[in-house]
Amino acid sequence: MDISALPLGEITFTPEGGLRLGALARMADVAADPAVREAYPVIAHALELSASPQLRNMATIGGNVMQRTRCSYFRDVSAACNKRAPGSGCAAREGYNRGHAILGTSDACVATHPSDLAVALAALDARIHTRGPGGERTVPFADFHLLPGTTPDREQDLRPGELIVAVEVPPHPRPLASGYLKVRDRQSYEFALTSAAVALHVQGGVIRSAGVAAGGVGTVPWRLRAVEQHLVGRRPAGGLWAAAAERAAEGARPLAHNGFKVDLLRRTVERQLRIVGGGS
Amino acid sequence: MTRSQSMQPQSAVGAPVARVDGRLKVTGSARYAADHGPADGIEGVVHAVLVEATIGRARITGVDTRAAEELPGVLAVFHHGNAPRLPYRDNPFPDSINPPGERLRAFQDDRVRFFGQPVAVVVATTPETARHGARLVEVRYAAERVGTDLAAGTPGGEPETYGRGDVEAGLRSAEVRLEMTYRTGRNHHNAMEPHAIIARWEGDRLTVWEKTQWVADPRNELAAAFGIPQESVRCLSTVVGGAFGNGGRTWVHSVIAALAAREVRRPVKLVMTRKQLYSGVGYRPAYEYAVRLGSDRSGRVTAMAHDVRGETSRYESHADDMALGRMLYTTPHVAQTVSLVPLDVNTPTWMRGPGWSTAAYALECSMDELAHELGIDPIELRLRNEPESDPATGSPFSTRRLRDCYAIGAREFGWDRRNPTPGATRDGDRLIGTGFAAGAYATERMNAQAYARLDADGRVVVQSATSDIGPGTATSMSQVAADASACRWTPCASTWATRCCRPPRSRRWPGRWRASARPCRTRATCCAPGRRPRGHRPGLTASRRRPGRVVVRDGWLSVGTDPGRGETYPQLMGRNNRSHLEVIGSYEPPEESGFSMYSYSAIFAEVAVDARLGLVRVRRMLGVFDAGRIINPTLADSQAHGGMIGGIGQALLEHTITDHRDGRIVNADFAGYLLPVSADVPDVRAIYVDGEDREADPIGVKGLGEIVIVGVAPAIANAVFHATGRRVRELPITPESLLG
Repeated sequence: MDISALPLGEITFTPEGGLRLGALARMADVAADPAVREAYPVIAHALELSASPQLRNMATIGGNVMQRTRCSYFRDVSAACNKRAPGSGCAAREGYNRGHAILGTSDACVATHPSDLAVALAALDARIHTRGPGGERTVPFADFHLLPGTTPDREQDLRPGELIVAVEVPPHPRPLASGYLKVRDRQSYEFALTSAAVALHVQGGVIRSAGVAAGGVGTVPWRLRAVEQHLVGRRPAGGLWAAAAERAAEGARPLAHNGFKVDLLRRTVERQLRIVGGGS
Repeated sequence: MTRSQSMQPQSAVGAPVARVDGRLKVTGSARYAADHGPADGIEGVVHAVLVEATIGRARITGVDTRAAEELPGVLAVFHHGNAPRLPYRDNPFPDSINPPGERLRAFQDDRVRFFGQPVAVVVATTPETARHGARLVEVRYAAERVGTDLAAGTPGGEPETYGRGDVEAGLRSAEVRLEMTYRTGRNHHNAMEPHAIIARWEGDRLTVWEKTQWVADPRNELAAAFGIPQESVRCLSTVVGGAFGNGGRTWVHSVIAALAAREVRRPVKLVMTRKQLYSGVGYRPAYEYAVRLGSDRSGRVTAMAHDVRGETSRYESHADDMALGRMLYTTPHVAQTVSLVPLDVNTPTWMRGPGWSTAAYALECSMDELAHELGIDPIELRLRNEPESDPATGSPFSTRRLRDCYAIGAREFGWDRRNPTPGATRDGDRLIGTGFAAGAYATERMNAQAYARLDADGRVVVQSATSDIGPGTATSMSQVAADASACRWTPCASTWATRCCRPPRSRRWPGRWRASARPCRTRATCCAPGRRPRGHRPGLTASRRRPGRVVVRDGWLSVGTDPGRGETYPQLMGRNNRSHLEVIGSYEPPEESGFSMYSYSAIFAEVAVDARLGLVRVRRMLGVFDAGRIINPTLADSQAHGGMIGGIGQALLEHTITDHRDGRIVNADFAGYLLPVSADVPDVRAIYVDGEDREADPIGVKGLGEIVIVGVAPAIANAVFHATGRRVRELPITPESLLG
């Protein structure tokens, strides 16, 4: 079904300072929007570091959020994959899994969620607006992507007949410093090994709120609440970034080829906290 | 005709002229193998799609083709159970570059030898139907235990060995000894154009439009497979969208296409998918390269032992040439063993700088390690081991301008500004390092033949049995032809485009290692009618004079003492009632030239390493090449930049990964197999050392297309060490190898 003619391409700000991205807004348009760049650099960075210019010119925000994993066994129809063919097994767990997740995995699936934008949206507490036969719904971003558990074929909280109409970023206290860091094998046109989205509200020399999320490491866009909790109420100084980032990989379950991601994730988060929060 | 004997001015050769086929290519009108059709006399073409094994080693117990055959538009499904037995005459070197062993045959038995092996083919009236049909073919297997891991494999047969002096004694008595093992990942060529073929039978004569680097090879291999005379096969190849060695031999899919065409009695087109290219054609094999090095304190390398293991298939033994370590340095005691480890994989093949680029990685990193150990500048260490004659043979070098490469490169790169201490140069979060490596590649010469015709309108057409794999062969050959006939060079793509290969009458070699221009490998070329120089008088006919005194310039023939009197080629032919003049020239290299002939490289790289995040970025790179004469600097830059970018891939990104549980390649696409993108290639520059090599061949060329990648990977690896103080002995260098 071609939905490209639906009027869902708008980028609008609410009076309170929230941001509403229509599901059909193009990645390139959102990334280039001056107001988005001003208010939420983390969104613009995440989009600019995604895919290629050609793809960003065509791909939409709703599509990006619905993007499926790059697990090569998922994409190779001759391989076992519980996500593609429930019950067939997971070839990746004991196979080549350098790119796979260390967080949120299950026995059934270790596939990484590939989106950069979704990591930024997770850090910003976004919400997904849907419309369907049962009317309109709003789903908190943290609940939208489903952990694989025993049903990795179910990836989102999206009901039959439902359509994403918009992604909303709620108003954030200002000033809000934010940004996205992507670590990858090559400089462009490549998915993340690890990534970090950071949004910090600092007032009176104290971190009042923090949104931190990671990509390339989770089966879903991975919110780092332990890191956030360590930051809030503290002054951005000295070893705070390292101490907070130390908590980034809590609960990580590395596989044969992706063990390096545990440490790389901490370093990525630490680096991005420093870039956004300043100091050494 | 040869430059060394010629009085003729050389004006076209050396000029940075644009490709004669450039417009065709950028406008999309150049026709690659699969683009041919009715305009070429191919009517009623049907489409073939391969079905590949989804198991690494097995016996096929059944093939269910019913669902595919019931699909409207499917004409036939062939597999080992119903395909005709083919004669498959032997087709060894030098008629082919088939390595020793028994080549993979088209559906001739029930064996699965590697994951992705073609086990059936579906022929249908449209490509979509054929692809759908291929999905519907069900193959059943009796699985066998699969072995695809080089590290776990056992060498088959005796290693190839080389030795001079007494390496063990040399190592024992050395003042400094180093021992390292380097590993390189498997690389795939990944040319833009997939392998593709159109096969058409007319009676027992076969014509193929084929992607190949060497038009004689499909002819010879298809003739051998079908048991027909070589003269019954015609291979046409106009342009090739990159090959990098993978078009050197004729793979099984070409036989399958011809088989299908013969059975369905229609021309058959077969275009491989990107994924199929990872198992259907060759690759640069993975290697383990152990080095033991002995030296005195002054940096004189006294002993080198190289023990190399490389992967090959169980049915053929592909061996790369690992001779670099024998000839690059003057080392008196050298021993080499090269072992092949047969695995359940498809047969590897040559890939750009084959063998030499792998050997350069190990040899040149080990030299860098020695330089660091001794506290000697890496370039100075090379100079202290620079031989005066070939240490492997004792022969003089035809030309060896490696010292010039070092000096020019060091000056242009700013090598003397380098702080020799590793890990000492920082730029923000990044550590900066510079690295250096040398390289060489053998100048190989093969028999060749060319046909040249001078038409009454003054146009020159030259044909030879070759294809243009991308270096601009048609352009550079036209430059050579222009100078050889002393005509003015003008681009004339139409002549080039309409002339396909003439199958050679004698066996010959693709010359695929060569530089961007050699007469023996160029198919067709042209240049413009002659023009009378301004102010010159027509008159005295040149032809009555002794030919040796005739001078031709811009198509104007005159006698040496009186350049004002003469005539043009058209006048000469018109006066003699000749429509054209033609000649077939051939070249056979001397059996024993008495010289050692190599191209050389000196590569300089600067990298920035974000050590906390394990990220290596090349900031700039300079290659200085001694490749003999440069026919066309623009084409040469295209080769050099491409080769050096390929080296960035080899060093930092490219790695074909096999799941050793079943032999499946898990990154068989451009999302998973990482090639450098523009952002990875900031500043790449090439310099060519002036000069020609009169011993190498009549036009003084030593070859450029291969040497441009040799030394790139070790230069980058050495720069990473210089930046970080960390020695990674495995390619590609990944973030995880630099963490911790």
